[in-house]
Amino acid sequence: MLTLEGLTIRQGTFELRADLSIPRGAHVTVIGPSGAGKSTLLSVIGGFFEATSGRILWNDLRIDDLPPGKRPVATIFQDNNLFPHMTTEQNVALGIRPSGRLRGAEPQQVRGALKSVGLDGFGDRKPGALSGGQQSRVALARAMVQDRPLLLLDEPFAALGPALRVEMLDLVTQLARDGGRTLMIVTHDPDDARRVDGQTILVADGQAAPPQPTGPLLDDPPPALRAYLGP
Amino acid sequence: MRATRPLILPGLVAGALVAILVAGSIVAVLLRAGEAPSLGSADWAAVRFTLWQAALSAVLSVGLAIPVARALARRRFPGRGALILLVGAPFILPVIVAILGLLMVFGRSGWVNEIGALVGLPQLSIYGVHGVILAHVFFNLPLATRLILQGWQAIPAERFRLAASLSMAPRDIARHIEWPMLKGVVPGAALVIFLICTSSFAVALTLGGGPRATTIELAIYQAFRFDFDIGRAALLALVQMAVTVAAGLAAFAVPVPDAMGGGLDRVVRRWDLGRPWGDALVIALAALFLLAPLLALTIRGVPTFTDLPVSVWSAAGRSIWVAAASALLCVCLGLAISVAAARTGRRRAKGVELAGMLGLAASPLVLGTGLFIVTFPFFRPDTVALPVTAVVNAVLALPFALRAILPAVARIEGDYRRLADALGFGPWAWIWRVLLPRLRRPLGFAGGLAAALSMGDLGVIALFADSETATLPLQLYRLMGAYRMDQAGGAAVLLLGLSLLAFWLCDRGGRVDADT
Repeated sequence: MLTLEGLTIRQGTFELRADLSIPRGAHVTVIGPSGAGKSTLLSVIGGFFEATSGRILWNDLRIDDLPPGKRPVATIFQDNNLFPHMTTEQNVALGIRPSGRLRGAEPQQVRGALKSVGLDGFGDRKPGALSGGQQSRVALARAMVQDRPLLLLDEPFAALGPALRVEMLDLVTQLARDGGRTLMIVTHDPDDARRVDGQTILVADGQAAPPQPTGPLLDDPPPALRAYLGP
Repeated sequence: MRATRPLILPGLVAGALVAILVAGSIVAVLLRAGEAPSLGSADWAAVRFTLWQAALSAVLSVGLAIPVARALARRRFPGRGALILLVGAPFILPVIVAILGLLMVFGRSGWVNEIGALVGLPQLSIYGVHGVILAHVFFNLPLATRLILQGWQAIPAERFRLAASLSMAPRDIARHIEWPMLKGVVPGAALVIFLICTSSFAVALTLGGGPRATTIELAIYQAFRFDFDIGRAALLALVQMAVTVAAGLAAFAVPVPDAMGGGLDRVVRRWDLGRPWGDALVIALAALFLLAPLLALTIRGVPTFTDLPVSVWSAAGRSIWVAAASALLCVCLGLAISVAAARTGRRRAKGVELAGMLGLAASPLVLGTGLFIVTFPFFRPDTVALPVTAVVNAVLALPFALRAILPAVARIEGDYRRLADALGFGPWAWIWRVLLPRLRRPLGFAGGLAAALSMGDLGVIALFADSETATLPLQLYRLMGAYRMDQAGGAAVLLLGLSLLAFWLCDRGGRVDADT
């Protein structure tokens, strides 16, 4: 279980509060107007930005004092998820060891992960030779071999077309389910939230609300969400 | 932040070393400058000559570059790419090589005089004031052309389309579009060239000299070598520094176009062009002026290439050593400073960056003078000639290296730092697996620049070296002094080849298989 306990994030005039917990294995979308702090919230959980006050706990252990690489978190960013000078396999290998030097059965693990995202045989290519959707798959394969219980995605598929986005969302949820991972996806599109079909955290008006079942929330939105969704 | 000390510390050390080297040289100069009573009339003549020849060289270079840049900007013709490459290359060309080429074209028995004699023209002499200025124009016309061409290319293509739809005549286009651009670009270009010409040494040494054509840098050298009057040399170095800093500050105040920028290969569609003959003539003349000396040199030098004296080959060996050391040092300093500047707090970052830029305030002879004063009590000058040449040229190339490396490091930090943190990269993994592979291009450029500069250096080495420690440019200068022009030609071709090779190796190494 991920717990955000009395979390306050302040940056200039921007302020966001969060006091909530996410059950283990939940699939959560984070939704809200741009500038409300969705990405910032993920950055704080991932360890890239420090909260002003409050605690972050994973299974009742504090993680907010750990460096990003030591947290039980794998993050996929909006862009720059891959090193362009490394091949697909090398990029994925970094998820197992930052040195990239694999031993024993680890190379097979890398190939297995590439297979699971449908990129069998693409191991030698560099990101420049892949399409946008394929690049997202490589990042996903790396997150899989990282084997962290918490998977954070910050609008990772925003640059993809609608059909491809649905395909990727399905792949992510399926992989998360198979690995028993807890999933948090930032999106600005309510259709994405419905597709993931789990719970939704609304970030608006300086507040990250506790997760609620997505379907009912979108069908009967509270005023802040209604304002965002529009008529 | 955590675990970033290994990334910051080397940069702080590198910045401090450069600062100590430059500031130490300047302090040494200041201390000794007090010994000299004051500047003599010959010294003041050198100051005046330095300033007015630099001004005239700048005006001529820019004035001639404007039609060349205009022709290049609006015409497409075979060989255009090669010509643009050529106007980007002169900084790799060792000064002494170019001077020898100019001598073979404009010298006593050069092409111009031989053709002139056929039609009964009086002999032209390249020695003296006009020779110095001719050489400066030869060196700076390409730079000026490149800077102004960039200005032309920066005009949006839509402007010319709009002008065509308003049926503007060429005169109107010049007044409304091209003249405002030139007003913005030309002062900066002229100032840069003025700055370069104020620290001219090799050209004045070979083509100038005497009471009428001695630059401050040459006067420093003469005070050392002929009079061994270190106090006066130091005082002159002080004056040189004042000129450099004043011109440098002026250049700072005026926007200077970026000489490194790319994208010069495109030609904007124009609707106002008449017949191409005028532009063709301008381009042909410019190409002839720039290429004839190199051609003359090659024709004369290549046949003697095989029977060059041993002294030339051993000098070449020393030059390669100096160039490799200088390139390595420049790359290490540039990388360390850039990484520290990107990782440390804003104020310290500015400090480190500034330290790396200090080389801009000094000229080769000023740094050389300072280091001579510092090292002379402890070492015989010729024993430290090669290391000093390598170090000084690395420090002088460092500001340009930083201009390439600093923004690249900042970009990599912005794009990939988060990802590396998320993957748990330590500082060494960050350097080896991310920074170095992604920095190959700017690092290669920096190394190539330092290698080419130190390979062609004739200022520092002339202060320190004797015949046992001469580098190839100095050996070449001596061959010229002994009027062994065929051998000098061979040595010049060798030096030119080595400089091009050094730059090409570094630059190429940075480009091959680099995925950016």
